[in-house]
Amino acid sequence: MSPQLEVQLIAVIVATTCTLPGVFLVLRRMAMLSDAISHTVLLGIVLAYLISNSLTSPLLFIGAVAMGVITVWLVELVSGSRLVHEDSAIGLVFPALFALAVLLISRFAGNVHLDTDSVLLGELAFAPFDRIVFFGLDLPRALVGGIGTLILNLTLLLLFYKELKLVTFDPALAATLGFTPTLIHYGLMTSVSLTAVTAFDAVGSVLVVALMIAPPATAYLLTDRLPRMIVLSVAIGIAAALSGYWLARLFDVSIAGTMATMTGVAFLGTFLFAPRRGIVAQVRQQQINRERFALQMLTLHLLNHEGTGNAGVECHPHHLIEELRWPASFAVTIVRRAEQKGLVQRQGELLILTEQGRQFADAAIVA
Amino acid sequence: MELFTDYTLRTVTIGAMLLGAISGFLGCFAVLRRQALLGDAMSHAALPGIALAFLLTGQRDPFILFVGAASAALLAALWLLVVVRTARIKDDAALALILAVFFGFGLVLLSYLQRQPNAAQAGLKSFLFGQAAALIERDLWAMLVVGVPALALVLIFWPQVKLVTFDPDFARSIGLPVRGFDVLLTVVIVAAIVIGIQTVGVVLMSAMLVAPAVAARQWTNRLETMVVLAAGFGALAAMAGAWLSTLGEGLATGPLIVLMMSLVTVLSLVFAPGRGLLWRNLRRRQVLQAS
Repeated sequence: MSPQLEVQLIAVIVATTCTLPGVFLVLRRMAMLSDAISHTVLLGIVLAYLISNSLTSPLLFIGAVAMGVITVWLVELVSGSRLVHEDSAIGLVFPALFALAVLLISRFAGNVHLDTDSVLLGELAFAPFDRIVFFGLDLPRALVGGIGTLILNLTLLLLFYKELKLVTFDPALAATLGFTPTLIHYGLMTSVSLTAVTAFDAVGSVLVVALMIAPPATAYLLTDRLPRMIVLSVAIGIAAALSGYWLARLFDVSIAGTMATMTGVAFLGTFLFAPRRGIVAQVRQQQINRERFALQMLTLHLLNHEGTGNAGVECHPHHLIEELRWPASFAVTIVRRAEQKGLVQRQGELLILTEQGRQFADAAIVA
Repeated sequence: MELFTDYTLRTVTIGAMLLGAISGFLGCFAVLRRQALLGDAMSHAALPGIALAFLLTGQRDPFILFVGAASAALLAALWLLVVVRTARIKDDAALALILAVFFGFGLVLLSYLQRQPNAAQAGLKSFLFGQAAALIERDLWAMLVVGVPALALVLIFWPQVKLVTFDPDFARSIGLPVRGFDVLLTVVIVAAIVIGIQTVGVVLMSAMLVAPAVAARQWTNRLETMVVLAAGFGALAAMAGAWLSTLGEGLATGPLIVLMMSLVTVLSLVFAPGRGLLWRNLRRRQVLQAS
C-alpha cells in the first residue's frame, strides 16, 4: 500500500471507530464526557510511561484506558456529592487531570517523543512511519490499533445492542427489567476511552471529540431510527475523513484539522438543509401552515356569510382586510392563491365559494 | 519576595493574579447559570480567531489577537444558541461539536501559519497551553483594558444580573430584558477567556472560570461574598502557581496555576464549614449514633 492510501484507510477506520460509541454519547446526553476523557487519557499515558520508562509498553495503553474510566468515575463522584452541578464537575475534573499530565510531561518527559502538542493535535500524515509487523504483514501501528478497536466496538455493539438501546431510551424501564444501567454505562465509557486512546494517536484528542460527536449529531437531524442513525453517522464520518484528507493535501495543512472541519461543514449543511428538521425546511413548513390556515379562514368566512342578507358586504375582498385583520398585500396573495386552487371564484365584485372550496371549509371545521 | 522585585517575575505574577481574580469573579455567573462548559467550548473556539487575526494582520499585538479570539468565541456562542434553540440537538452535543469543530479549524489555520516564513509564528502555539513567562507589561495593560470594563458592566447592572442569574422567570415577568442580560453575561465571560488565553492557554482556561467559583460557592450562600471569595481564590492560586513555577526547570506556569486552583477547590469541597463533605459525614455519623 502507498502511504497515501494507508493514511486514508486509517482516517476512515478511526472515523468509523469513533462514531460507534459517539452515537450513544449523543443520545444519552453525555457528549461532553468525550471531551473530558479524550484529554485525561494523556495522564494515564504519562503515568504509565513514568512507571515503565518505555513508550511502547502495553502499560501505556492500559493506563490510558483506565484513566478515561477513572475520569468518568471522578466526575460522578464530584457531582454525586450534590455540592456541584454535573457540568461544573466535568469542568473541574478534566482540566485538573490534564494540567497534571502537561506538568509531568514538561517536568520529567520533555526530552522524549511525548510532547503535548502531538497529543493535542495528532499528525495523521506521520502515521505510516510508525510500523509494526502483524501476522507477517508490515502495517502502520495506527492502522492495526484502529482495526482492533473497530472490531471490538462492533462486537460490543452487536452483542449488547438491545441493552444499549433500552438503557439509552428508557433507563428506568431497563433498571426495572433487571438490566444494570451502571454496568452498561461503564462498559460504554470503557469503549469510549479505548477508542479515544487508539484514535488520539492519529488525530489528536480534541479531534476525537469532533469525530465522536459531530457525525452522530448530524445523523440525529436526519432520522428517528437508531439503526439508521448508526449507519448514517458512520457514512458521514467516512465522508468527512476522506474529504478532509483531500482538502488537507490540496492546501498542505493539518489532516486531522480538516477532518474535524469537514464534520462541522456536514453538520452545518444538514442543520440548514435537512429534509424535515433543517432550518430551511422549518421555515418553509411555517409558510405552508400559515397559507393553509389563511385559506381555511377565508373559505370559512365565505361559508358563514353565503346566502345571507349582507353577503354583498361580507364577501367583498376589501372587507377581508377589516374582518380578518390581514394586511392588504397578504389578503391579495391569499385570495389569488384561493382562486388558483379553485376554492373561490369571482362573481362581479364578490367572492363566492366553489364546490371544492365548500368541501375545504367543511374539512377545516371537522378537523 | 523576588516574585515582586524581579521584573519578569513580577509581570508574570501580576498578570496571573489579574487573570485569576477577573476569571474567578466572572466565572461565578457561568457556574451559577450552569454554563460551566460554555467557557470550555468558547475558549477552544477562540483558537481559529487568534490564528486568523494573526494571519490577516501579521502582528502579535495583544489587542488584535484579543479581537480575533473574542469574535470567534462569540460566533461559537451564537451558533450554539441557534443550534440548541432550533434543532433537536441537546446542549452537551452542541457544545462538544462546536468546541471540536472550531478547534479543528484553528489547527488547520495554525498548520498553515507554520509554513509561513514569519518569525512570530512560533509564539502562536503557546496559545494552546499558555506561556505565562512570555507576558510583558503591554499584556498586563491589555488585560486591564478588557477586564475592568467587563467587571464594571457586571457591577453597574448588579441587581439585574443577580436576579437574572437566580430567577430568570421572575426577571422576565417584571419586564427585564433577560435575553439582553444573557448576552451581557456571555460577553463578559468571553472577556475573561480572552484575558486568560495567553497565560493558561485555550485548553485549561475553563478551569480558571469554574474552579474558583465552585470553591467559593462552598463557603457562602450570598452572591456578593461568593464573587469576592472567587476572585480572591483565583488570585491566590495564580500567585501560588507563579511562585511554584520558579522553583525548578520545566515547571509550566499555566498547568501549575490550574492545579493550585483545583487544590483550593478540593479543600473547599471537603472542609468548608456547613456544606463541606467532612462536616456532612460527621453529622451523619452523629445522627446514626444518636438513633
